Amino acid sequence: MFLLSFLYLLLFVIPEGNLLFASRATESIMDNTNLLWLIPTLPFAGFLINGTLGRKLPRAAVSAIALLFTVLPALIVAKLWLILKADGAPLALQAVSRPWIAVSGFHVDFAFTVDHLTLIMLSIITGVGFLIHIYSVGYMAYEEGFWRFFAYLNLFMFFMLVLVLSSSFLLLFVGWEGVGLASYLLIGFYFTKDSAANAGKKAFIVNRIGDFGFLLAMFLLIAHFGSLDFNTVFSHAATTAAPFTAICLLLALGATGKSAQIPLYVWLPDAMEGPTPVSALIHAATMVTAGIYMVARCHVLFNLSPTALAVVACIGAATALLAATIGMVQNDIKRVLAYSTVSQLGYMFMACGVGAYSAGIFHVMTHAFFKALLFLAAGSVIHALGGEQDMRKMGALRKRIPITFWTMSAGVFAIAGFPFLSGFFSKDEILFQAFTAGTAVGKFAWAIGVFTAFLTSFYMFRLWFKTFFGASHVVEHNTHDHHAAHDSHGSHGVHESPLVMTAPLMILAVLAIIGGIVGVPTAFGGHNEFEHFLDPVLSSGHEVVAASSGTAIALSTVATLAFALGLGLAYQLYIRKPGTSREIAKKLQPIYSLLDHKYWVDEVYNFAIVGSLLNVSRIALSGIVDTGIVQGSIGLLSSGTGALASVTRRMQSGNIRSYAGWLALGAAAVIAITIFIH
Amino acid sequence: MSTNLLALLPELVLTITGVLVMVLEPVIPAGKSRKPLGWLAILGSLLSGLAAFYQLQIVNAQGTLTAFYSTIQIDPFSIFFHLLIAAVVLVTLLGSLDYFESPITHAGEYFALVLFGAVGMMFMTSSVELLMVFIGLEISSISTYILAGFRKGRATASESSIKYFLLGSFATAFFLYGVALIYGATGSTSIGPIAAGLAITRTPTMAILAVAMVLIGLGFKVSAAPFHVWTPDVYQGAPAPVVGLMSTAPKAAAFAVLLRFLFNGTPMLHGHWILLIEILAVASMCLGNLGALKQHDVKRLLAYSSIAHAGYLLVAFTGTHQNAVAGACFYTATYAAMNVGAFLVLSQLSGFSERIRSIEDFTGLALKRPGMSALLGFFLLSLIGIPFTGGFFGKFYVFSGALQNGHVWLGIVGLANSGVACFYYLRLLAAIYSRPTSDSVAYIPVRKVTAPAAVALAATALATLGLGILPNKLVHLVERATPTTTAAVAVQPTQQ
Amino acid sequence: MTPLNLFLLLSALLFSIGLAGALTRRNAILVLIGIELMLNAANINLIAFWRFGPNPEALTGVMFAIFSISVAAAEAAVGLAIILAVYRHNKTTNLNQIDTLKG
Repeated sequence: MFLLSFLYLLLFVIPEGNLLFASRATESIMDNTNLLWLIPTLPFAGFLINGTLGRKLPRAAVSAIALLFTVLPALIVAKLWLILKADGAPLALQAVSRPWIAVSGFHVDFAFTVDHLTLIMLSIITGVGFLIHIYSVGYMAYEEGFWRFFAYLNLFMFFMLVLVLSSSFLLLFVGWEGVGLASYLLIGFYFTKDSAANAGKKAFIVNRIGDFGFLLAMFLLIAHFGSLDFNTVFSHAATTAAPFTAICLLLALGATGKSAQIPLYVWLPDAMEGPTPVSALIHAATMVTAGIYMVARCHVLFNLSPTALAVVACIGAATALLAATIGMVQNDIKRVLAYSTVSQLGYMFMACGVGAYSAGIFHVMTHAFFKALLFLAAGSVIHALGGEQDMRKMGALRKRIPITFWTMSAGVFAIAGFPFLSGFFSKDEILFQAFTAGTAVGKFAWAIGVFTAFLTSFYMFRLWFKTFFGASHVVEHNTHDHHAAHDSHGSHGVHESPLVMTAPLMILAVLAIIGGIVGVPTAFGGHNEFEHFLDPVLSSGHEVVAASSGTAIALSTVATLAFALGLGLAYQLYIRKPGTSREIAKKLQPIYSLLDHKYWVDEVYNFAIVGSLLNVSRIALSGIVDTGIVQGSIGLLSSGTGALASVTRRMQSGNIRSYAGWLALGAAAVIAITIFIH
Repeated sequence: MSTNLLALLPELVLTITGVLVMVLEPVIPAGKSRKPLGWLAILGSLLSGLAAFYQLQIVNAQGTLTAFYSTIQIDPFSIFFHLLIAAVVLVTLLGSLDYFESPITHAGEYFALVLFGAVGMMFMTSSVELLMVFIGLEISSISTYILAGFRKGRATASESSIKYFLLGSFATAFFLYGVALIYGATGSTSIGPIAAGLAITRTPTMAILAVAMVLIGLGFKVSAAPFHVWTPDVYQGAPAPVVGLMSTAPKAAAFAVLLRFLFNGTPMLHGHWILLIEILAVASMCLGNLGALKQHDVKRLLAYSSIAHAGYLLVAFTGTHQNAVAGACFYTATYAAMNVGAFLVLSQLSGFSERIRSIEDFTGLALKRPGMSALLGFFLLSLIGIPFTGGFFGKFYVFSGALQNGHVWLGIVGLANSGVACFYYLRLLAAIYSRPTSDSVAYIPVRKVTAPAAVALAATALATLGLGILPNKLVHLVERATPTTTAAVAVQPTQQ
Repeated sequence: MTPLNLFLLLSALLFSIGLAGALTRRNAILVLIGIELMLNAANINLIAFWRFGPNPEALTGVMFAIFSISVAAAEAAVGLAIILAVYRHNKTTNLNQIDTLKG
């Protein structure tokens, strides 16, 4: 199959591309246009090579190929930054192919655009993506299907880059589905493990619900704008009478699927069944932020519907709180991080909901740094312990894996909101914007946001203390069959990870510490450069509120207090008096078990959705005849002739005569409908 | 070459090859391989495809061809379907060359019947005369009735065959009665004159009744609910390559007839039949998808899925004329590519004896047959409708066409259905990519994929991929295919 | 009642009788006969519409009927062969006993 697609590319796509370039050769922009095509094509080439030949190549070659085809796009993105610096003017590159689809009435080009928003996303994806690729070389070194992993990872990069580069809803959707597919493949990477296969399936299905919303929104856009091109839609939005609230709510539904928000967040924690680098790349840094990106990209539409914005804000706030509360009681280190991701995504959603799109994107960036770092560090811990993920079996690791400890500490402090680290600035910006939005929803979101900040600080330090401090609960000489399929790193005792894994940790740690500098608000003597950088794209959004720096500093103080409280509480419970947490859990048994069972959402969903679907199918297929028509008419006509009732004639009884009866009944219905209804 | 000959060139080529195969069959001694006959049939379908291409050149240069007193019409619409049918037949033949494990003496009949069936289907798409359509329908049906029962010696085979035959003839009777009624109402059975006759008919109710009956007959052929009951049983009992063929090519032909008949023949009654189409579409999508949820037999599961896909295809009919034709043609082509592909994989995996058939049998397949699993996975993803596969764009065209024409709720039902559908496709996919249960993989016999089958698989995979990546190439072709009516012959309505 | 209406009535009756036969008979051959009756009802319609139509001199209706009769004959031949094959296997033509494929 891989070979086929490669051949296909060779035969059709490349000649067409050449034609395209030839026809545009006269334009001066040509170089840069070519660059845009190359950005996603390179990882795709990596996917094809590793996918076709990887099985036979040595591991070193596979990783070299994967890394090469990931670093090149990163270099191209760097080149784009240079172009931007040289030009001075806002960047707006476009690469358009010949019409991709031209159905009567509307057409879509295969077109890529780079503006400042895209540039930020590109930098995150290629930069963090490259670091995670490096890390994976070490982490996956002894795994079966090494080549398959890197092929999928490159495929993911391809779709993610398409997603952010696209200049139309349709192409965005292609990337959107593509990353979902790659994520499905990667979550189910250990496909011989049932839980992994099920988690992949769950992620896929839950996302389909979101996609349903996205598709419907697209169809509504086609109906009202006759186009799916961003430029066309956005420039006509103000003057077109379209059901913006419906469109935006549907888009938001799509975003809740991909970005794991209420009601569709359930897939993300399960997605942790995938290898840890996948959790870092896809389920923390990049793919899950696609929903935020999409909402920010469509800010023109969302600004036209205050209702939809309020809904987005409420969803974000509620998700932030809900996930944080669940995160407090999890014992699996990756699950804590997973719920933390859901919670942080809630912050970003909230930012979009109060119209502070640039603050949301800012948090996307800082979150990519510190959450990727946290996951990779957690992976390093798991690696060190030979596959152990349960925090109850950790403790006192800070001396034994010092690099992991120090880098992870940077991540923990950053996410918890330690002053002047990256997470502090971005979270503060969101809370500030929410508070000054001047709406009741904004104030409400702010209050929840502050409380969640406290919870975040608590559960992150809980994780930190339980893993690195206190008494050691490590079961020495863990045999690797404990998490058999998961991390078969052998049983050579607790050990620090190799440099290929720690180097990315260190780089990310630096970024997590200083990454916030680009967005220092004026109140702290900065210029809020990040927001201004995004102005060309998002300017029409939220009005800049001229709040006094006094308010800003006051709000920051509140947030810092929340951080300190969380830290203090965690210290009290897990260091000063270890064991108190268990007592508290006992005292508050109902609440604890509610949290421990994640509010029973999975069970409810299973019962309500999957169960009812199966029921409907059972009723539709076999029940109608038995219980409905036949028994009903029997009840009416005669007084229960049991002999007839026992004749269970089902629609698919296998009996030709009953089939003929169905055909005749259908025919009669069709004839009746045509003649009598009209 | 005379116009009459030219108009039927692809059908003629197929007929002659079919007859040749039949004549040569007894000449080959019993016990000897029938493969040469298969190659002859492949050559015939290839030539017939080329003939259709030749027709396309002629039509491009001279415009629409009409022959046999305006009963046959060759335009881009019919040529599109000729090419599609020829391609499906070619791929099916390639895939079934080595399908018969032990040399069966009557294998030659199989190849001939496939060709004869194709003749009927092609004939259906190029006729603009309902009686001619009826003849084409019967030629294709009779061949497929026999093909459905071709795994002789197995109880399910003859059961599948008789079910298909009895119910099929039953539906055909409705179709013929409808044709007779429309002849009475409009004085003609030709598409163009029917449209003209409807405008001045004095018996509108009879005309409406006629449309309903024609719809019933064709609804059966495309297995639209509530006329779908035969589909799962027949598909389960029939040989896998034949199911691939009969779930696509005859359906394509029946849809072509429906498109011509409804949009060109009875546009006057649009208000009447559009409601019916909507009901059939919703019923097919819902019953098909719900039915598939609980299936264990993979062929049966795909049968229910094909009912659902007929529903999606019917959604296309609710668009404007041009959108409907473009959408339906595109969807037929993509559906043909991915479904024939899926059944080819099944037939390659399980062979003539069909030892692996239930989802449980497929558990852990990926470890033993990674290539085949990847292919089947790809086709399943396309059936779900993942972007960069033909299935996605097929659904996209169909639903955007319906929504543009204001059928919002139909679009919602359709999209919700395609969401439900991913449950059962994924069930199969997840089974393939999961840990093998103790014995499931062990007894999968590894059949070597022969070169012709590999070519067939590659062709379907490439087509599915190509339609997903560069749909425009096909869209241009199908958009030209909007059928045109023949110059309306002056007719008077029946005097009563 | 005009002659045409009488013929239409006859054909509708024939169609209904055929339909009833196809639905109620258990024997595959009798079901087939029912279906043949339905087809012949359509043929009667074709001829009646032609005979009492605007131009009965152009033999269209008869042609149609002859075509459909010959096609129906081919179908019946194949059908009987299939029924024979089923009989060989199941030793019965009772349709109620041919229901292994279901669900």
